Amino acid sequence: MYDLLIAPFVDFEFMRRALAGAVVIAIGGAPVGVFLMLRRMSLMGDTMAHAILPGAAIGFLVSGLNLFAMTAGGLIVGLAVALSAGAIARLTQLKEDAALAAFFLVSLALGVTIVSMRGTNVDLLNFLFGSVLALDNETLLLMATITTISLIVFAVIWRPLVLESVDPEFLRSVSRSGAPAHIAFLTLVVMNLVAGFFALGTILSVGIMIVPAAIGRFWARDVSSMILVAIGAGVFSGIAGLVISFHAGTPSGPTIILVAGALYVLSVLVGRVGGILPRLLPRRHLEA
Amino acid sequence: MPAQLVFHDLTLGYDRHPAVHHLDGAVARGALLAVVGPNGAGKSTLFKGIVGIVPTLAGSVDLCGLDQREVAYLPQVPDIERSFPIHVYDFVAMGLWRKTGLFGGIGQKERKQIHAAIATVGLTGFERRPIGNLSGGQMQRVLFARLLLQDAQLIVLDEPFNAIDAKTAADLFDLIRHWHAEGRTVLAALHDLDLVRARFPEVLLLAREPIGRGTAAEVLTQENLARARRMCEAFDDQAAECRVAAE
Repeated sequence: MYDLLIAPFVDFEFMRRALAGAVVIAIGGAPVGVFLMLRRMSLMGDTMAHAILPGAAIGFLVSGLNLFAMTAGGLIVGLAVALSAGAIARLTQLKEDAALAAFFLVSLALGVTIVSMRGTNVDLLNFLFGSVLALDNETLLLMATITTISLIVFAVIWRPLVLESVDPEFLRSVSRSGAPAHIAFLTLVVMNLVAGFFALGTILSVGIMIVPAAIGRFWARDVSSMILVAIGAGVFSGIAGLVISFHAGTPSGPTIILVAGALYVLSVLVGRVGGILPRLLPRRHLEA
Repeated sequence: MPAQLVFHDLTLGYDRHPAVHHLDGAVARGALLAVVGPNGAGKSTLFKGIVGIVPTLAGSVDLCGLDQREVAYLPQVPDIERSFPIHVYDFVAMGLWRKTGLFGGIGQKERKQIHAAIATVGLTGFERRPIGNLSGGQMQRVLFARLLLQDAQLIVLDEPFNAIDAKTAADLFDLIRHWHAEGRTVLAALHDLDLVRARFPEVLLLAREPIGRGTAAEVLTQENLARARRMCEAFDDQAAECRVAAE
């Protein structure tokens, strides 16, 4: 058991870093994912994840694998796309999902083109699927900072965010905090996607937010418990994914998401809140 | 009786198309006013304009000293995301927003108020129930409990009795009558003209423009209702610019 579960982390420093990275993005990503899901913005999350790619790629083009340049590029372009997709949907006839799909395809194409202009195929793979086994101290620190900021900001915007999700008209009638809370939330989405980008790449970073959130939906009936379940599922997927990839030689980022995917399928089947089996099982009805 | 609400040539709408056109008039403090009109008459838009959710295209709404955030507003149930995982207790507690704001705590006194509001609408025992599991009538009771906590002088109710059972409607109307007796000003958008005739001392018939204002007997005539129906057609994209304000 020790050899199977503990030894990889004791023996190899890169595994310990990967573990820290996976845990940190799971904690930061869970509340973001839960609100993305509850606000029916999962597609928006996916689009923003792709939008980070050209930004980070421009940073890479200008100054190579420089953490600051890639982070700044990712944040700026990610936010710009989030805000402009919303604006296009409001100002034109196009529905938001079509506006988002257009942005997400163009961003992916643009990002891949820019990375290919300077980098190798290995660089491209790292951009797309991340390199959780190659996180350095600087990157880990950045990811931990993003998670910390993210949890603090969530505490600040919690009430308007909940109210805006459940009854936006009422919030607008009692407070002007809805729009700032929404923009703060979009910023958190982009920041956490950038953190996830370093570990899981542009394609999978949204996975560590949305999949654990979807798992939470099957086990909890209120937002706070849903976030706690999502954190648990994300952290477990991180640890189990790393252990499996270590022993089986599979790529670590995708393995982490696959473990989360397996938990999701399990939750769909047996989750106590709306899972398939609990619904089908014959149970005696209640008194009243 | 001094006014609580004054409309000055008020035009509200979306994308330059007016949904409420050149509305003038005042609502006295303590009034109980039913706002009626066909679908698309601008009732919801008028209420959203009063609470500041829809911007004015022209003219103004004067709340006579009240801040817009001090108006209690009942949105239509379809505007609420019922699948959001929140309990009745937490949902009702939102009514304390003006006191608690972003960070204010909910202490013993506030908890008592929340329980009392839930009890007043007859939902004791439902505190930990997710709002998604409630029937239409129960959800409307929850919304009224939230209004009770808002403790507002001006209360605007958008379709408060839509798609609910007769018992709930009667219970909720008792609350409205209670607010009226306390001297609060209540505006309600309604479809049930029999209810309006029986219970509301004052009526505004709206069809984008005001058609009539007065007692139900004066306003809800066959002629006025037919005229209101004719005026509520869909937005005309080719409509000419309104000249009234310029003249």
